[in-house]
Amino acid sequence: MDKVSLMRSVLALTAQFLSGASARWLDSQPDTCQRVYFANHTSHLDAIVLWSALPANVRELTRPVAAKDYWIKGRIRHYLATQVFNAMLIDRTEIKVHQSPVDVMIREMGQRYSLIVFPEGGRGDGQEIGEFKSGLYYLSKKRPDLELIPVYIDNMNRILPRGKFLPVPLLSSITFGPPMWLESGESKDLFLSRARSAVRRLKEL
Amino acid sequence: MSALYEPRTLGLVVGVLVLLAAATVIIRALRSRNDSGLNTAVLETFRMRVYAWWVLCSILAFAFLFGQAATVFLCGVGAWWALREFITLTPTRPGDHRTLFLVFFVITPLQFVLVGMQKYPLYSIMIPVYAFLIIPGLIAAVGDSKRFLERTAKIEAGLLICVYCLSYAPALLTLQLEKDPGATLSSGANTRLLFFFVLMVQLSDALQYAWAQIPSRHVIVPTINPTKTWEGLLGGSASVTLIGGVLWWATPFQGANWWMAAAMSLVISVMGFAGGLTLSAIKRDRGVRDYGTLVAGHGGLLDRIDSLCFAAPIFFHFTLYWLKMQGIKQPWE
Repeated sequence: MDKVSLMRSVLALTAQFLSGASARWLDSQPDTCQRVYFANHTSHLDAIVLWSALPANVRELTRPVAAKDYWIKGRIRHYLATQVFNAMLIDRTEIKVHQSPVDVMIREMGQRYSLIVFPEGGRGDGQEIGEFKSGLYYLSKKRPDLELIPVYIDNMNRILPRGKFLPVPLLSSITFGPPMWLESGESKDLFLSRARSAVRRLKEL
Repeated sequence: MSALYEPRTLGLVVGVLVLLAAATVIIRALRSRNDSGLNTAVLETFRMRVYAWWVLCSILAFAFLFGQAATVFLCGVGAWWALREFITLTPTRPGDHRTLFLVFFVITPLQFVLVGMQKYPLYSIMIPVYAFLIIPGLIAAVGDSKRFLERTAKIEAGLLICVYCLSYAPALLTLQLEKDPGATLSSGANTRLLFFFVLMVQLSDALQYAWAQIPSRHVIVPTINPTKTWEGLLGGSASVTLIGGVLWWATPFQGANWWMAAAMSLVISVMGFAGGLTLSAIKRDRGVRDYGTLVAGHGGLLDRIDSLCFAAPIFFHFTLYWLKMQGIKQPWE
């Protein structure tokens, strides 16, 4: 086992232990096919926790899409993001023509990688899932073959809420839902609200 | 280490291993025969419990081999995990964040450090006096008054049951059981006392469950736990009292007070029952609200140690009274 995959297993195990995360797959199975996992977002740890909850062979092929400004701060963060969980860092401050986040994602994922995205665009307070940004729609319009998997991450807002530095070690749970796709001719608003309710539905189950 | 080779300790350990092995073999045999006429759900529960006991036994054996500090540490980790499960099932608000941080990273470790240092005068009041006043003060200072009393009570109940109560189990190792301070350590009497306690709690759980399977069932509190019956409580407690009495030779309750081991076992059994019922009530209360399926198939640590938590402080203090009556002084006196 090389150093990177060792570090990956160590990080995944640590994240699983610290977040106490239990993964549930409802009408859904882990698979190595190209997918986009889209989840609610309440904590900086969401990306790592979701990534860790995937089986090792799926984890290898799955890259969280994360904000560059947060993840390049500090050596450890930078190392973890770029070397270990192979995050796709998106610059939120400078968005250029033909360099939109969706273009970057499509280019970087190629025919191989799956993505983890948080379509709310920022962290919520954990009470209500915010409106989805349009990125998920444009992504699936350009790549209609990708399976979209709704994911609900519970309790992370209590473990590390917005604006707090110290985590409290409660147990979280991660629920994966059945895959969905962009229907042909489906409007942007309809699709985004359908995607959002797919995540919200998992909260109740 | 040498304490393990003392004949009484060895007898206890071998006895438990034989019992567990027998239980495992019987369960295997019953499961392979589908026509045994036994309820498969009951069988499955028993199988899970036997499995949990093997885990518990291995952990205890490991801790005993590495001595008192290792046992205290291990119980501390267990308490920490149980508290995690408790607070997870309990809604708190963002304003409680730093209080929870203090509870998990300062108060819980400190309690077990104090137990390890044998500071009974401090660890017996640290949580119920100091922590229980600091917690509401801290929460109030944040300024979120919504459901204030409820939130405070929940955090404090979790701390009391999972941390304070459980810390009395390893505290049994720090009791001075004989008049001569040297004799206690070398004979491994403390190890046997803790072993006896854990064994009685687990047997009480199992026997109450087993007795509850007899056909005439009078459920005690159907709204809280439909598996706890009068037959289970009475039959289970009576059996545990008997077994505890038979095992008097392994306990410090000797001489003219041999019956004390039986009486203590009865207390353990009744307190274990109370613990199971209380934790069931909490789960029932949470289950009907929005956090029911937070942890899928929730069979957490807390479900396994609920009876242990309730029995530990009572057993500890009853033993302390008894030692006082025998004129045995404790290190802190």
